[in-house]
Amino acid sequence: MLDISDLHVEVDGTEKLHDINLHIGQGETHILMGPNGSGKSTLLKAIMGFGGYTITSGSIVFRGTDITRMPIHERAHLGIGMMFQHPPAISGLKLGKLLTATSHLGNDALEALAQTVNMDHFLARDTNVGFSGGEIKRSEVLQLKVQQPDFLMLDEPESGVDLENMALMGKEIANLLEKDIHIVNRRKSGLIITHTGYILDYLEADQGHVLIDGRIRCHGNPREILRVVKEKGYGECLRCKQM
Amino acid sequence: MSALQTDVGDIERLPEKDRERLALTGLEVGMQNRCGSFFQIDQDVIQTTCGAEGIEMIPIKAALEKYDWVKDYYWNAVPKDKDKYTEYLAKQENPQGLVVIAHEGVKVEMPLQACLFLRDEPVQHVHNLFIAREGSEINIISGCASSWQKEHGAHIGVTEIYVGKGAKVTSTMIHNWKEGISVFPRSATVVEEDGTFLSNYVCMQPVRRIDMYPTARLVGKNAVARFSSIVVATPGSTLDLGSRAILGAENASAELITRAITTGGTIISRGHILGEKDNTRGHIECKGLILKDGTVHAIPEIEGTLTGTELSHEAAVGKIARHEIEYLMARGLSEEEATATIIRGFLDVKISGLPAVLQEQIDAAIDKAESGF
Repeated sequence: MLDISDLHVEVDGTEKLHDINLHIGQGETHILMGPNGSGKSTLLKAIMGFGGYTITSGSIVFRGTDITRMPIHERAHLGIGMMFQHPPAISGLKLGKLLTATSHLGNDALEALAQTVNMDHFLARDTNVGFSGGEIKRSEVLQLKVQQPDFLMLDEPESGVDLENMALMGKEIANLLEKDIHIVNRRKSGLIITHTGYILDYLEADQGHVLIDGRIRCHGNPREILRVVKEKGYGECLRCKQM
Repeated sequence: MSALQTDVGDIERLPEKDRERLALTGLEVGMQNRCGSFFQIDQDVIQTTCGAEGIEMIPIKAALEKYDWVKDYYWNAVPKDKDKYTEYLAKQENPQGLVVIAHEGVKVEMPLQACLFLRDEPVQHVHNLFIAREGSEINIISGCASSWQKEHGAHIGVTEIYVGKGAKVTSTMIHNWKEGISVFPRSATVVEEDGTFLSNYVCMQPVRRIDMYPTARLVGKNAVARFSSIVVATPGSTLDLGSRAILGAENASAELITRAITTGGTIISRGHILGEKDNTRGHIECKGLILKDGTVHAIPEIEGTLTGTELSHEAAVGKIARHEIEYLMARGLSEEEATATIIRGFLDVKISGLPAVLQEQIDAAIDKAESGF
């Protein structure tokens, strides 16, 4: 579904990602780990196509289409979606209006979707303005439930979420990724940034990658990677010769 | 023409383009959502009609003749010698304009419309009095427009509003002028105990100059005033706008809210709240968006004279944040759609207590302007 080859990305004139190669097949969920500042969010933003993340070489191919230079909204139309870690608060723009603007769903359908993530009382509120950590995540999940992307990127879905919200989030994200469908028939893929691995309590991931200083240092079983990092820290990944 | 005659025919005979311009300011010829109507072209009052019991709409000359006490309200809130425009108006031998009287306890949600149309004369002058007596509630939508053929001209208007004890007046003014028209409204409001004054102002079409600084004096306990302005300055337009609230009685409160967009013109957004009694509260909020190089100059002033007043202001001027646009693009909107959606939100100042028909009028004015962003 997603093929990234020899990707180099610059931010403010400095190369932040070096020679990234990543292949995510249809139906697969991958986990991306790495220390703070290693370039995980940069990779997600480069895949989404945000300004300021300049691809100097390499390519991103989504379902056979080269999207390396494609505008953000066209990538969204192709089926790429993202849960933001720090979405902007947009003063004046009601969440309900945002959802109406980005979908063909009627008010009743939106209201019903909002209820599933306890966000129905937030439709008349300014988007993300004054939202708590859990509310921001639920707002993001709601927007993604409306958007229904085929390839879903999640930037730290656990951060700022209490236990109760985490259970709801975990279930909803698993639904978005069609985890209830056998991988042979599953259409949805995901790439999830996690520090804690809590998300793995709610869904299975197929592969893990560790990003350090802008390079992917190892690939492997996500639970195995999580266990090693927990026990020995990311230094162990640098010593790992799996690459 | 008799003062109280209704002549809708004159309005219907206006060219289609002018009727469209007037409709944008809220004029409903058929009056489906209006309980009264006043229509003045240049200096001629061509319609005065009111179907609401307990509400009177009378041309100002007739009102001064009919009720002896009306003169007590005439040139009371606004002084004659305030500036050259009020002096000009005070010198007119044949004053025109509208008096609205809401009698004691009469509450009508359906708005009254007052339409002032500048067509042939170089200068239109108008003097309005809105008097809401004790316990009454009225909504007035004032639409001011110039003819599509009118290249140059000026509109000078004095509006004096009196909100009696426990009364509530919602005044919504929508302007639709043209590049060569200058406009000088001079308004003032006096709000008595437990009274509420809501003022909404919308101007989203080109104009040469608008210059106004309406003042609300809250003279009774618990009086409330809220001014909301939504304005767009196109290239060549200068909008020097402000609103002032004087918290002159205990527990009075005021809020001045402005959303200003420039697409090349100049907006000066003034605001002044004076807290001079105990338990008074005031807040000024001005948000400016610069879509194309132009000026948004916010000048919020808060002035307190004793410990029992609490005043604050916030002002922000800038462009739309790139990451907000990209956020919406990641949900599938094109850059243009994302920008329009954010602007729409920026202008979406819901005013509590505003009847739905008035909110729709404001929304329509925003929709019309939005196509130009």
